[in-house]
Amino acid sequence: MGTAIGRHGPWALVGALGAAALAIVASQRGETINALWIVVAAVCVYMIAYRYYSKFIAEKVMRLDPKRLTPAVRHNDGLDYVPTNRGVLFGHHFAAIAGAGPLVGPVLAAQMGYLPGMLWILAGVVLAGAVQDFMVLFVSMRRDGRSLGELIRAELGTVPGIIALFGTFLIMVILLAVLALIVVKALAESPWGTFTVMSTIPIAMLMGVYSRYIRPGRIGEVSILGFVLLMLAIVGGGSVAASPVWGPAFTFTGPQLCWMLIGYGFVASILPVWLLLAPRDYLSTFLKIGTIVGLALGIAVVAPHLQMPAMTKFVDGTGPVWAGGLFPFLFITIACGAVSGFHALISSGTTPKLIANEADARFIGYGGMLMESFVAIMALVSACVIDPGVYFTMNSPAALLGTTPETAAAAVTKLGFATTPEVITQTAADVGEHTIISRAGGAPTLAVGMAHIISSAIGGKAMMAFWYHFAILFEALFILTAVDAGTRACRFMVQDLVALAVPSFKNTTSWGPSIAATAIAVGAWGYFLYQGVTDPLGGINTLWPLFGISNQMLAAVALTLCTVVIFKMKRERYAFVTIIPTAWLCLCTLTAGWQKLFSADPKIGFLAHAERYATAAAEGKLLAPAKNAAQMDQIILNDRIDAVLAALFIGLVVAIAGFGIAACLKAWRADRWTALETEPRLAAAE
Amino acid sequence: MEPQQSLRRRLQTLSKCVCDGARLMVGQGDYAAYAAHIRQTHPDQAPMSELEFFRNRENARFGVGNTSGFRCC
Repeated sequence: MGTAIGRHGPWALVGALGAAALAIVASQRGETINALWIVVAAVCVYMIAYRYYSKFIAEKVMRLDPKRLTPAVRHNDGLDYVPTNRGVLFGHHFAAIAGAGPLVGPVLAAQMGYLPGMLWILAGVVLAGAVQDFMVLFVSMRRDGRSLGELIRAELGTVPGIIALFGTFLIMVILLAVLALIVVKALAESPWGTFTVMSTIPIAMLMGVYSRYIRPGRIGEVSILGFVLLMLAIVGGGSVAASPVWGPAFTFTGPQLCWMLIGYGFVASILPVWLLLAPRDYLSTFLKIGTIVGLALGIAVVAPHLQMPAMTKFVDGTGPVWAGGLFPFLFITIACGAVSGFHALISSGTTPKLIANEADARFIGYGGMLMESFVAIMALVSACVIDPGVYFTMNSPAALLGTTPETAAAAVTKLGFATTPEVITQTAADVGEHTIISRAGGAPTLAVGMAHIISSAIGGKAMMAFWYHFAILFEALFILTAVDAGTRACRFMVQDLVALAVPSFKNTTSWGPSIAATAIAVGAWGYFLYQGVTDPLGGINTLWPLFGISNQMLAAVALTLCTVVIFKMKRERYAFVTIIPTAWLCLCTLTAGWQKLFSADPKIGFLAHAERYATAAAEGKLLAPAKNAAQMDQIILNDRIDAVLAALFIGLVVAIAGFGIAACLKAWRADRWTALETEPRLAAAE
Repeated sequence: MEPQQSLRRRLQTLSKCVCDGARLMVGQGDYAAYAAHIRQTHPDQAPMSELEFFRNRENARFGVGNTSGFRCC
């Protein structure tokens, strides 16, 4: 009894503190609330979940065995399989899963207020996201660190394996398009940002040459060199933007930037890796980790107040930032901070090959995802500390706001968030931009929020423009790294898929298939990018939900695999651990997919939107943004392609869920263990 | 002197951990561990040089046919 109090007492206090913080956050009405309450509530939830729920999963569901040899120990080759210190491996895993997703999703979700987003981030990570990462890591670790595709093929069958491979390719295409769109939206009409981001290319090449020929292998040295040059580029960007000659030379429209990015993606993914990709990877990785730590310190020191209400009236689905009601679209919009299917690819990638002891999987898998969720909470805080008037000015489509501060202020005030043209002009001037109207995509909003927080700690208002462009650079840098690394990955996937029909296509060393596969990969995401850039509703409106659906759907696929494995281990009494999140994700993605297809509201449904344009075209009328009949046809075609994609995603979820249920039933009827783990005999310590 | 030494030792361990962590984040494993492993398990083979190891890891991360350098959204 005494020991039970000793063991659980401190955790009861953490629980009480968390509950109190949540109560304060949830009950505050009409006044602004300090962001620290949100942070405290989140950290307490994470601690309790880690201490109790992840322990339950580790001990009861997985029965992790510290004595069992991991792939790193059994196959130790000093290269791919290396037993690694768990702190070091945690850093590696976190750096691989953290990206733009947890930063952008919560910013967009802020249109419904901070409360719905915060609650989903917390509940989602504890019950779904961290469970998925941890379970997939476990499943892969028990199978020599094999990849998600191989695991699905082995445990569910060849057909589900091929379906999953094809699905992953589609998801990757949408992901790359939406990431590139975020960069385009952030850099359009912004000479300062464009100059800074463009200068990362020569800086990375310089670093590449340095670490190839001058001082090979000195990552620290070359990264510091690169960082200093980057800071100079940000400062230089300010002068470039102010110059009457260079300013206009670096001012590009969205479509121009779109073509540049497509060309860049093509070239970057066939250049030698040491020249561009590897050195930029150093910069983006270290800058990302540094900025996340900096933002956490900034929030702790500044303790900003949230200006956004707890809930806005847009929970009914009439919001300007993205269309659709709270269910299911909030759960689609906040993808990565709560649950992200992409993590299943990382958890079955390099990480399981490096785990020294099975028991470490809990800290790395579950703990790593909690950390990612915390990044999402910080992004939500950053979006909510800025004036809601400014938030809606930045994130509403141009079709609603017009293009001048006067029309924008009037439109946003009419939405119910009072603002003035002076505030809009002043904010743009503070961050060193021409305009902040309709800068959708999340990145500029996050950058304003971060600049607001960091400049309160360092540099004051005079430094705000610097911090804004620092934040833009930080996001653009790792998005671009993801774009070239992702295009390469896509290219190999195309080669794998085509090789199913034409085996010679798989030859990755010959030029023909490589260039053809790269062109297919770039063409695929480039198409959706162009469609997004020219969309009158800002593109994010169309592409982000598709991305969210695809990402959550991949999570549902990964969790289905985990459920099947639990059944095959004859531990079905614990299967609720993965069945609950799987069912919830299937419900969200299927409802959202269905609405994207068949909703009668043209803002939500692709087919309804196509129908509206088709009717107008038949009557010979033109609807904005189309300027001629050909553009009308293009919009109709785009809608129909998006609809086909949504239908494919639905088909994929249904197919995998069907195969999953069949596999579970079969395993349930079997009278013995049927999971295909590496034999314990081989894995037993000697 | 004892506690100071152990503090120093701990700081060294910590800084090695941070450096190893930072290198592993960009796909570069621990060369010393690799070399020690090869010497111990394959005494007949010469381990790759530090530079060869660096190139090998760079290619393993992003090289042809490899997708492990892929980053999350």
